[in-house]
Amino acid sequence: MSEHQIKFYQTGTFTVGNRLLDPSQRSGQANIERFNSLNSGHRACQGCGEALGARYTVDAAMKATDGNLIAANATGCLEVFSTPYPETSWQLPWFHSLFGNTAAVGTGMAAAMRVKAKKNGGPLVRVLAQGGDGGTTDIGFGCLSGMFERNDDVLYVCYDNEGYMNTGVQRSSATPPAVRTATTQIVGSHPGNAFGQGKEVPLIAMAHGIPYVATASIADLRDLERKVKKAMTFHGARYIHVLVPCPLGWGAASKDTVKLARLAQESGLFPVFEAEYGEITNVTKIRKLAPVEDYMKLQKRYAHLFGPKADQSALIRIKAIAERNIRRFGLLGDERSEPMPPAVQADERADRL
Amino acid sequence: MLKQIQGSQGVAQAIALCRPEVICAYPISPQTHIVEALGALTGSGKLEDCEFINVESEFAAMSVAIGSSVAGARSYTATASQGLLFMAEAVYNASGLGLPIVMTVASRSIGAPINIWNDHSDSLSQRDSGWLQIFAEDNQEAVDMHIQAFKIAEELSIPIMVCMDGFVLTHAYERMDIPTQEQVDAYLPPYDPRQKLDVNHPVSIGAMVGPEAFTEVRYLFHHHTIEALQAIEKASEDFEKAFGRKSGGLLSPYKIEGADTIVLALGSVIGTIKDTIDEMEKEGKKVGLIGIKSYRPFPDKQLAELLKGAKKVVVIDRALQVGIGGVVTDDVIRATRKMDLDIFSVIAGLGGRPITKKGLKDVFNKAMNGELEELYFLDLDKEVVEKQLKREKEDRHTGPLAEAVVRDSVSIHKGGI
Amino acid sequence: MFQIRLHGRGGQGVVTSAEMLSIAAFTEGHYAQAFPSFGSERTGAPVVAFARVHNEPIRLREPIMEPDAVLIQDRTLLESVNVFGGLTPNGYVLINSSHSVEELGLEDLAAKLPKGHLITLPATEYAMKHIKRPLPGAAMLAGFAALTGKLKLESIQEAFKTKYKGKVAEANGLVAADAYHFVLEAKKKMKEA
Repeated sequence: MSEHQIKFYQTGTFTVGNRLLDPSQRSGQANIERFNSLNSGHRACQGCGEALGARYTVDAAMKATDGNLIAANATGCLEVFSTPYPETSWQLPWFHSLFGNTAAVGTGMAAAMRVKAKKNGGPLVRVLAQGGDGGTTDIGFGCLSGMFERNDDVLYVCYDNEGYMNTGVQRSSATPPAVRTATTQIVGSHPGNAFGQGKEVPLIAMAHGIPYVATASIADLRDLERKVKKAMTFHGARYIHVLVPCPLGWGAASKDTVKLARLAQESGLFPVFEAEYGEITNVTKIRKLAPVEDYMKLQKRYAHLFGPKADQSALIRIKAIAERNIRRFGLLGDERSEPMPPAVQADERADRL
Repeated sequence: MLKQIQGSQGVAQAIALCRPEVICAYPISPQTHIVEALGALTGSGKLEDCEFINVESEFAAMSVAIGSSVAGARSYTATASQGLLFMAEAVYNASGLGLPIVMTVASRSIGAPINIWNDHSDSLSQRDSGWLQIFAEDNQEAVDMHIQAFKIAEELSIPIMVCMDGFVLTHAYERMDIPTQEQVDAYLPPYDPRQKLDVNHPVSIGAMVGPEAFTEVRYLFHHHTIEALQAIEKASEDFEKAFGRKSGGLLSPYKIEGADTIVLALGSVIGTIKDTIDEMEKEGKKVGLIGIKSYRPFPDKQLAELLKGAKKVVVIDRALQVGIGGVVTDDVIRATRKMDLDIFSVIAGLGGRPITKKGLKDVFNKAMNGELEELYFLDLDKEVVEKQLKREKEDRHTGPLAEAVVRDSVSIHKGGI
Repeated sequence: MFQIRLHGRGGQGVVTSAEMLSIAAFTEGHYAQAFPSFGSERTGAPVVAFARVHNEPIRLREPIMEPDAVLIQDRTLLESVNVFGGLTPNGYVLINSSHSVEELGLEDLAAKLPKGHLITLPATEYAMKHIKRPLPGAAMLAGFAALTGKLKLESIQEAFKTKYKGKVAEANGLVAADAYHFVLEAKKKMKEA
């Protein structure tokens, strides 16, 4: 009798639980020994994608570094809901800097830790810098690029909810075209956000040639954990861009957060991939392409694109974006990616450790 | 060891002796030679256990320093002028967090109009930022003050700016006594942070503080900044014991005994004023000087005490509160508000205009003769000013102001040194 | 206090000359200060640098308005810049030129100053001879030393050794020696005349 490997696909919720997976494949969150770096009691909205993403990300980074990790955090939702004065929900050393300097603060932390490790011995304490799309793609962009260019030993994670949510849902350079925000309202001949050229920070990160770049979503948390773990095996500049739907800002039901993240990926609007030193190494394939409308209809921020008065051209252009992504990244396909072996580290400051 | 070197080089050597752990820098005239020298010292390995990071902006420079300082490392950066403004958000962030970063400000004017030369607009623009600010009179004092700065800042957990006049000090060759590593090690212990990011004792730093507690946090900061007055004096006294010379401190009086007219000034102009005073003394005219070494915190009580015997105070102010008068003058007025003094605000040396003995003598004489206005612009070219004012009255489209003034300035006064 | 003002054009090493002068004075145990005029310097544009030498700490920071000596590294400046402005009555002038004082039209100035205080020196020639580049700094400083007696030739040569290594330092040393002896000779001739 031949063996036949059964592939499990997620459909909505976890129909296959941890118990059928090899322990090495299980989520860090399933472990009673998990770090709980972002502890319960924080003030995130019901259904907050960022809280989910951050919890998995930071715990995965803590696990990968055996707890030798410190974090720098930009101003934004994550910082605000995780440290409501006078409490904090962080259980690792955590520092809130400013809005636009998180990458640079991470650089400074990494340099200090390198000197301390050299002087005092002991394991090198690693650095995680994190922020939302506003703090990363807009105001923090200069510092981000500087950190990339110097190949500083920092893992930067951007939690992208496509707008300045903390301050009331204003538009950022990560806000998709046509979307309604407080500063791109449904008025005029072209309601919602303008159709600009977009700013694909993961591709820009790749253009810097840094050791590791990945996109991820909270619809596939195992994948996110794997990518964080993998990132921590590198030394040098690393960037992970996580799509984290914001029910409040997107006008969606709080129960739909994970579904939205999945539909964003399966429609082609949010490509999920990995790259090393500027070359793509892995793409998460779309087994069954989801219509862009299915994704958009769950969100009030797209409501003006539907109905009798809607401008059809916007929807057509958005579909074209999805199609372009599919073409560019080769997103359609049947295979599920095999767990990637840990990458071979290039010469990133190995001699300076 | 005595050396005849450029001021910047001396300062770089002094900083290196303080065993910094992270140095980050973005170049801006006239600070460049300091950071270049430090880059060479770290790159060659002469300065060990120190990371030197070339950052992409001044905002990044202060941010990197914040990151390294909060991680427990002794951190240093340097800037001037536009760069200081560009990092202003982070400057306030550093002091609000209580991170004892040491920063050299190579005092330079702020544009527009763009001007690379020395005045005090940049450093004084940050007078409310919560950083301590000390001003060096000459390059020896610049060397000494940097060493004292690390000690003061780390003791109080307050960041400190060491202000030295750009070009006038940074680019001047003069004799400096550079201490030995042993001397500095004995004076300055390793940095022991009050707070730091430590995996063995995790804390969250930098959280929001609401109306319920913000005032108390700021009050404590206010309290410690006042304590800095003692710390600065003590650091100077300890320095004198350890290195055998007087430098730093709060105020430096010169021939004030019996002087009715006393001049106040910060920075390198103090030297020129001393020569001027000595010359006037030979002519039978008695003028005193108090060099202000600590600008923030401003030594109100100590200054009032020294001015007890004076009748007239002439403040040589190298920064202008536009529409109002000198910056330092306001501090002097506040410090002496219960005293009966005539205080004169002399705006001098803006944008690097040389302050000469001749010009100073003229101002001091005018003050003593009761001929000096309360607000006086030293060496102001009235002809150029009148010409522009007339032009503006007669015509709406007068074009860029600065360009017109420069044109007139050159055409009216051709050549000259 | 002795104040020296150096004139030249950007790229001729005027600022370095002032710095070398201060180092030379330092090696002889004096206090010395050197700094450039802080104009926008471009290659070819007029440049001024200042040096002060004193046996007490120097506190003055203003540009030198009343120099005791003026060193002019580029003769063409005579036509465009007021290089002699403020020169003290017993001041010294050293001009880099192979022309005579008369050929430069400076007889009036020479008459006002004490005999032997205004000398022209072919500094660039010496520089080209030994360094092969038109950097007359060492010659000007050595000429200054000989002209005023304020510094020793060896101090000038030592100063250049602190900044330059090996052959370059040696070459500058030779330039200095040539210039020093030229000026000593010239002074002697003028005094005898």
